[in-house]
Amino acid sequence: MTNIWFVLTRLARDRSALIGLVLIGGLILTALLAPVLSTHPDDVFELHPSERLKPPGPAHWLGTDRMGADVYSRLLFGARITILIGVIAVGAALVIGVPIGLVAGYHHGWFSDLLMRVSDVFLAVPQVVLAIAIAQTLGPSLPNVILALSVTYWPWFARVVYAETRSLQKEVFIESTGALGASPWRLTVLHVLPNIASPIIVRASIGMGFTILTAAALGFLGLGPPPPTPEWGRTIAESREFLPDAWWYAAAPGLAIFLTVMGFNLLGDGLRDVLDPRLRRGTARDG
Amino acid sequence: MRLLALLLHRLAWFIPTLLGLLAVTFVISRVIPADPVALVAGETATPAQVEALRHDLGFDRPLPVQFLDYVVRLVRGDMGTSIFTRRPIVDDLTHRLPATIELTLAAMVVSVVIGIPLGVLSALWRNSLLDHTLRVVTVSGLAIASFWLGIMLQLLFAMRLGWTPLNGRLQGFPPRTITGFYLLDAALTWDWTTFGIALLHLALPAATLAFPALATLVRFTRAGVLDVMQSNFVLYERAMGLPRPVIIWKYILRSSLTSTVTQIGLLFGILLAGAVVTEAVFDWPGIGTYAVNSILRSDYNAVMGFTVWAGAIFIVVNLLVDVAHSLVDPRERTT
Repeated sequence: MTNIWFVLTRLARDRSALIGLVLIGGLILTALLAPVLSTHPDDVFELHPSERLKPPGPAHWLGTDRMGADVYSRLLFGARITILIGVIAVGAALVIGVPIGLVAGYHHGWFSDLLMRVSDVFLAVPQVVLAIAIAQTLGPSLPNVILALSVTYWPWFARVVYAETRSLQKEVFIESTGALGASPWRLTVLHVLPNIASPIIVRASIGMGFTILTAAALGFLGLGPPPPTPEWGRTIAESREFLPDAWWYAAAPGLAIFLTVMGFNLLGDGLRDVLDPRLRRGTARDG
Repeated sequence: MRLLALLLHRLAWFIPTLLGLLAVTFVISRVIPADPVALVAGETATPAQVEALRHDLGFDRPLPVQFLDYVVRLVRGDMGTSIFTRRPIVDDLTHRLPATIELTLAAMVVSVVIGIPLGVLSALWRNSLLDHTLRVVTVSGLAIASFWLGIMLQLLFAMRLGWTPLNGRLQGFPPRTITGFYLLDAALTWDWTTFGIALLHLALPAATLAFPALATLVRFTRAGVLDVMQSNFVLYERAMGLPRPVIIWKYILRSSLTSTVTQIGLLFGILLAGAVVTEAVFDWPGIGTYAVNSILRSDYNAVMGFTVWAGAIFIVVNLLVDVAHSLVDPRERTT
């Protein structure tokens, strides 16, 4: 508990990390309270032809879309999808990547080499390219997008965990624990894993931003959850035929994606500063 | 001799990686789907057609045999036929590749020419107004969805102001094909009107594609320069009383920019991945638009062909960057 408190207070002192925390907090609140905060909660899946493409005003804060639905309300419900995709996809990538990285890092041998070569293949190709292939094979739906993203993102975790495990193995406390007779299982889970948690957490935060961006791109390409789901990327694709008149229709979801991804990136940078003093910004690796 | 050994060493990694990529695409296209033949045949095929195709494609044979066959076919350059264009997918992709490369290179030039000087300035004038402004720009560059940025640029510059064309690569006839790059071909044939039109068409997509790459480059250059500025030898030169311009131009920039050169190679990956979506926004006739159109038409072979093609290009570029880096940086040659 004291540890979490320490990290939070340190984060709050860093201006950009604080902005990140606020943005993500806002996103989570938006997603949780979408039915309460939205002005037209029933509009999200319904058709109102008479209300089509109305500009922003008192009745519709961010205007209406081609179905006559309230853009603001759809945006709020879209936040739920975004969080769902980000959390499950990154979570699954974590569950696949961390054990693989630990095993490959701890054991030396052909099996470790094989595991890392497999992850290298995934890292050698842009994520969006492989995700397109998988999503196209499985068909456009929410679970398939999540699957495509987690299958293509786990190697990042495996890489980080592998490198950290390998460098930790040379530490005296790991060697001595091994010499005292701790099993490899006990050694990796109880001693290695807690010591490499920081880079994993940082990677997860940055990965959330990255995954949400790729998910939006898949949605934009028509590989995301099918309509009338208020997914942000698809909404931008739908809005294109009504430009330049219905500018709000395209602008709003893009801004939402921007703020969300920025939140996770800023938080990731801040977490890196607090958790991993070796990479602290402001010294050598400034950015 | 050492260079040859290095090349062989890198090539030894290159071929397994390429085979690995093919294994991944094989699993995606043949093992994951319930019926891969139905995917290839498209939605309109009758059951009898599907069965005939299954036998024609050899999908009724054991998986290892299929994989071997898959690799052999790809090595021969056979990716199957597009059910939409009715042409070999390799021809479609080859035909469209120059457009993608032209766009990617243009974006690379923009991000390098603007990004590196800005990164250097922001390190030299650390914590100045410029540095803070640039930090906001780089954070935004990595958070913005490129397809959205593209649409917003279209909205402003093409639809509202009318300064640039909305989309496409050229209006009217393309210049005589020499290289396939319109800008270069127009310049070589001394056709400056076409050159201007092509440049205007290129402006928005190149800017869209360049933005995230530019942000990355500013970050890395700034970090690299700061790193060197804080090193002992720079401290020593300062203590010796060398003039600041000499320290900056002769010592700091030279040693910090070698690492940036590697970054430029890695940028190609960011740009290539971004090109898929950016091309779709601007209807740019490259392999990205081809992939997106194939997705919309459920042209399964074409999507998989694109994946193999893009993946292979990416691996080849990585290999070239690796080799170039070892040539530039003498420290690498000894490892």
